Amino acid sequence: MSHQPVKFYQTGTFTVGNRLLDESIRSVQATKTRSNSLNSGHRACQGCGEALGARYALDAAMDVSQRQLIAANATGCLEVFSTPYPETSWQLPWIHSLFGNAAAVATGIAAALRAKGRSDVRVIAQGGDGGTTDIGFGCLSGMFERNDDVLYLCYDNEAYMNTGVQRSSATPPAVRTATTMPLGAEPGNPFGQGKFVPTIAMAHRIPYVATATVADLFDLEYKVKKAIQIRGAKYLHIFVPCPLGWGAASSDTIKLADMAKECGLFPVFEAEHGKVTGVSKIRKLIPVEDYLKLQRRYAHLFGKAPATDVISKIQARADENIRTYGLLDTDVR
Amino acid sequence: MTLKQIEGSQGVAEAVALCRPEVICAYPISPQTHIVEGLGEMVKAGQLRAEFLNVESEFAAMSVAIGSSAAGARTYTATASQGLLFMAEAVFNASGLGLPIVMTIANRAIGAPINIWNDHSDSMSLRDCGWIQLFAETNQEAIDLHIQAFKLAEELSVPVMVCMDGFILTHAYERVDVPSQEQVDAFLPSFEPRQVLDPARPVSIGAMVGPEAYTEVRVLAHAKQIQALTLIPEIAAEFKAHFGRDSGGLIQPYCCDGAHTVVIALGSVLGTIKDVVDELRAQGCALGVLGITSFRPFPLMEIRQALLGCQRVLVLEKSFAVGVGGIVATNVRMALDGTGQKVLTVVAGLGGRAITKSSLAATLVAAMNDQLEPFSFMDLQHEVVDRALGRERQIRRSGPVAESVLRDIGVVASKIS
Ligand SMILES: Cc1ncc(C[n+]2csc(CCOP(=O)(O)OP(=O)(O)O)c2C)c(N)n1
Ligand code: SF4
Ligand SMILES: [Mg+2]
Repeated sequence: MSHQPVKFYQTGTFTVGNRLLDESIRSVQATKTRSNSLNSGHRACQGCGEALGARYALDAAMDVSQRQLIAANATGCLEVFSTPYPETSWQLPWIHSLFGNAAAVATGIAAALRAKGRSDVRVIAQGGDGGTTDIGFGCLSGMFERNDDVLYLCYDNEAYMNTGVQRSSATPPAVRTATTMPLGAEPGNPFGQGKFVPTIAMAHRIPYVATATVADLFDLEYKVKKAIQIRGAKYLHIFVPCPLGWGAASSDTIKLADMAKECGLFPVFEAEHGKVTGVSKIRKLIPVEDYLKLQRRYAHLFGKAPATDVISKIQARADENIRTYGLLDTDVR
Repeated sequence: MTLKQIEGSQGVAEAVALCRPEVICAYPISPQTHIVEGLGEMVKAGQLRAEFLNVESEFAAMSVAIGSSAAGARTYTATASQGLLFMAEAVFNASGLGLPIVMTIANRAIGAPINIWNDHSDSMSLRDCGWIQLFAETNQEAIDLHIQAFKLAEELSVPVMVCMDGFILTHAYERVDVPSQEQVDAFLPSFEPRQVLDPARPVSIGAMVGPEAYTEVRVLAHAKQIQALTLIPEIAAEFKAHFGRDSGGLIQPYCCDGAHTVVIALGSVLGTIKDVVDELRAQGCALGVLGITSFRPFPLMEIRQALLGCQRVLVLEKSFAVGVGGIVATNVRMALDGTGQKVLTVVAGLGGRAITKSSLAATLVAAMNDQLEPFSFMDLQHEVVDRALGRERQIRRSGPVAESVLRDIGVVASKIS
């Protein structure tokens, strides 16, 4: 494929700022040879965390696989905004089949490559949280259990965004969505429901499971590169804020992703064969309130009479993550 | 030619193996299971070089098939009944994307009430999903149709279902000719995909298409089926040249010339029908038989041509459109548009009910004497239906339907004769 060198125009962001670093330790995003796998011209909202996450992840995967990469995509925002007929943003072989089968389609691609002896070509499946943790979960678990040679990327924006912000099993408690309205005795999404798929992935004892956010580019690229080099089933769960669904400023996408990690609500870690092998420590602990306040999906908690009981239940979830994953360096506290 | 006395499923497994599939997806459901078991054994034993995947559902089976076919591998799977419905979304997707997957349907009834025996409700429920549907009359034809199916699918880039009657064919031991590898290799070239996921030449497959082009894309799918109307007989002729026997094609007329009444059917029941027709012809009845091998595409012109001169057509169907009537008959009426020929529908063999020669003969005689209702069910126990309807009129909480009917009949375990 003909290759267009990247023109850097971003200023004042952390994403490509590492151009000042030595070339050997720069992020893939900061190299002029990055593949721009998800090219400009797509129809994502301004500040879309998913668009950013997908480009970061796929560019890293393209880099480490020497552009020998094929992707299967679930239905969802990423699929819809990237391929408005007759255009496509994808600079790699890409297939969209259905909402709930991306993992299985990728398994099929991997099987075909094995049949053809193409061990150099790597396979990615990707989808939103709904396509991963709900409707695609059967196929995902099957792909894990068979240890198929696929890297699954889940872009978690914590709701079904493409259909207008409905609750998924990855939607956190108290969140307002179109199907969990801030009404009644327990406004928003109920407590005591939902699942955290990275730990379920770990229960399959697959070679590699990790979480990441769009805020930490180096960490995200490191995990994608590592995963691509491992044979067998890999799962990477990427936290991607959605300005439209969350009622947040487009300019706050990176900030929110960072805050979710810094307050403990989204634990960033990696695990091999079912065991946690590394965590990204919280650099500067913040209360969940600081994170929640920036998002209108939590606005009902912050009226004239703030729902302090609900906020403290959310804080308790963050505290539990901090304990479970050891997110704080003991000497920091 | 060496004849082997083998189970239908084993014959199909061997035929599929001869086609050198590169990826096979397996998920168990009766009566299809023996086919993929047979293939799995060949792969394990090192006789067949293919990727054999035990998947977690039929939805996954078809989804894996979509991925592997799009990545350029010759891909095969098999299912039946609930399995076909469970994969339905992916079945439509495979044809929508134009991926030449070949799938065997071991035809079986659909629940509720759950029933493992043969009828055609499964493939008929997906008749308009964009796949080509070929129906085998015998185990030999099932073998031959699979070999033809890969060629047809890959030439058109359209998926093909080969439908064979569950148990009646899949589990029947018959003498069949399984061709040699050299014969099949000479007939079936290796798979040259029209579209492929290839890092050297990246393409996007499965883009969103709005009103500006959706119609055109769908019409192109229809055009493929119309092309198949020409290609299916060509491939059957080529098959005959290579293998020396008639197999496949669009339709198979039997004694239609001069027949006043022609019976139309699909699949294994054609054998019984031909036997009964032979007997009645010997008594002077002007009867003929028309087997439909290709139900999708539906050969309108060929059927119209084959039925020229007959007065009435009796369509015997192993499924029906609840709330309307015959499915095959509706299509046949389309073929006979404007001719004024009478089309009768008789539904038989639902859920494995035996289609006996005596009931068939009685039905044919009634049809010839204009004593058959336009839409009827062969060997229906009217009193059982009436009793259940009566109960519902009398009692509000009349209970689960199937269970009450079984109690009325006094059947404990299911039987099929
Ligand atoms: C079988 C099926 N059910 C429902 C839909 C409708 N649908 C399309 S995209 C989508 C939401 C996607 O949510 P998610 O996977 O979280 O991705 P996001 O859009 O949030 O990135 C839904 C419900 C569908 N396309 N297919
Ligand atoms: S709705 Fe959210 S996920 Fe979808 S394109 Fe907009 S910002 Fe991105
Ligand atoms: Mg989502």
